Amino acid sequence: MHRDRTGHSDRRTKLPPHRTAPHRARHRIGRASNEPETPLNPNANPQAALSLVNVACTFVDKSDPSQRYTAVRDVSLTVGAGEFVSVVGPTGCGKSTLLNVAAGLLAPSSGSVHVFGAALAGINRRAGYMFQAESLMPWRTAVQNVMAGLEFRGVADARAQADEWLKRVGLGGFGDRYPHQLSGGMRKRVSLAQTLVLDPDIILMDEPFSALDIQTRQLMENEVLALWAAKKKAVLFITHDLDEAIAMSDRVVCLSAGPGSHPIGEFAIDLPRPRDVAEVRATPRFVELHQAIWGVLREEVLKGYQQQLAA
Amino acid sequence: MKYLRLWQLGLLVAIFVLWHVLTKPGLIPPFVFENDQQAAFFFGEPLKIFGRIWAWFVSNHDIYEHLAVTLVETLLAFGIGTVLGLGCGLWLALSPLAAAITDPYIKALNSMPRVILAPIFAVWFGLGIASKVALGVTLVFFIVFFNVYQGVKEVSPVVLANARMLGASQKQLLRHVYLPSATSWVFSSLHTSVGLAFVGAVVGEYLGSSRGVGYLILQAEGSFDINTVMAGILVLTVFALMLDAAVGRLEKRLMKWQPKAGETEKL
Repeated sequence: MHRDRTGHSDRRTKLPPHRTAPHRARHRIGRASNEPETPLNPNANPQAALSLVNVACTFVDKSDPSQRYTAVRDVSLTVGAGEFVSVVGPTGCGKSTLLNVAAGLLAPSSGSVHVFGAALAGINRRAGYMFQAESLMPWRTAVQNVMAGLEFRGVADARAQADEWLKRVGLGGFGDRYPHQLSGGMRKRVSLAQTLVLDPDIILMDEPFSALDIQTRQLMENEVLALWAAKKKAVLFITHDLDEAIAMSDRVVCLSAGPGSHPIGEFAIDLPRPRDVAEVRATPRFVELHQAIWGVLREEVLKGYQQQLAA
Repeated sequence: MKYLRLWQLGLLVAIFVLWHVLTKPGLIPPFVFENDQQAAFFFGEPLKIFGRIWAWFVSNHDIYEHLAVTLVETLLAFGIGTVLGLGCGLWLALSPLAAAITDPYIKALNSMPRVILAPIFAVWFGLGIASKVALGVTLVFFIVFFNVYQGVKEVSPVVLANARMLGASQKQLLRHVYLPSATSWVFSSLHTSVGLAFVGAVVGEYLGSSRGVGYLILQAEGSFDINTVMAGILVLTVFALMLDAAVGRLEKRLMKWQPKAGETEKL
């Protein structure tokens, strides 16, 4: 449905000249990034858990094929095994599109996705996805939701593992509740357990905590960091909240405003771990990083906002 | 709540008393009809109607056979229609090509006055219960079908994507996502479809049969026995209410995962 490459290049020629060439400013602050510079070759980087190579996504209106929208283009992005990478960008810049591509839910119009060196076709079986919106099955209780993935795989002790994970996310006594009987924060924790019980090698998170209040959010962020530190999985974390991105990540990637958004900057976050997301915000290094990234992001955020106003 | 039931019961009693007063020969002077027998002839008399029902259920107990036939027809029509509607709804909702091809035919079949099929079914399946079940099925099928179709189309795309990411195969998606989602829509239509199954059974009996409550009513009409007709209608109404209540209970048990309006979040 969105594989029209001619449409994509069409769109590209219409774009202002400063955006036609893929230029990725690489910002090095403190520790140098060990990422390769030019278009990433997955064969050259076999330790990468996930790599997107020159991915572009153009959406075509089914009823009116002349209506196209290129959400992202020229996106090359790698997440190393055990690395926590955040993607930040202005609203509507195609962050979720990228994540859907990485999950295999969306086939890119051009470019390719590699998972541990192998080209991805169909659903990314090695990835767990935590969605932004409500994703629990409303007809299953909390524990049934957590065990769903194991059940699909035919694991024998699904129930026991699900119970254990519910306890780990602090919902031991809530297993028999239906999603509508749980609060928003609890539902997010069930989602977290549902994703992590499968022990995926790659964890994709799409603004998972954006709907939560700030206290619950920091609590959940710390929980995720603790779980991540214990298992050291590759994480691709999408957020619009720069504070959250810096506090949690090893690396922050900035996207430009849409349409045709692409990475415009990459920052290695050298804050020491383990971190407490609330405390780390007060450190001078955090403020320094925040200023540097915001310097790159600000213009794009304004651009994105202007475009939305104009539309 | 207690008073509500009392009021409802009081209204029922009032209706029967009014009915009795208006129809009982000799109780009040006739003001619509020419003589005091005619009101009773056209509208029946509540006391005689209750007498008839009493005779059916208690003194003669000869209605059970007919009721059982009607009930079996209703349940069969309901069951077969629901299963067929569920199957076809799932199939067409998940196969856009089949849905596109069959779309005009589905619409045509649905807008056709299907009660008119009853004589054809009588020819095909005879005067036994099969022809009544067939009529009921055609009525129930479309209700369930359209609801399942809608239900599958309205599955939350996020829930679906989540299930796929959790590793559900196509078959598991059907079993664990599409079916439960469609079931909630089926249940919202069950009250309508159980009523229609009943209609199918009774109308079928009425148009040609040798047993069933519809047959009893037809017989009574043949001899202008309005009291028996009314008694049959009352019995059917009570049974329809009981079926509806049974569906309500089933729905409450199976649909407990659905949030109810006004229910507070339990924390």
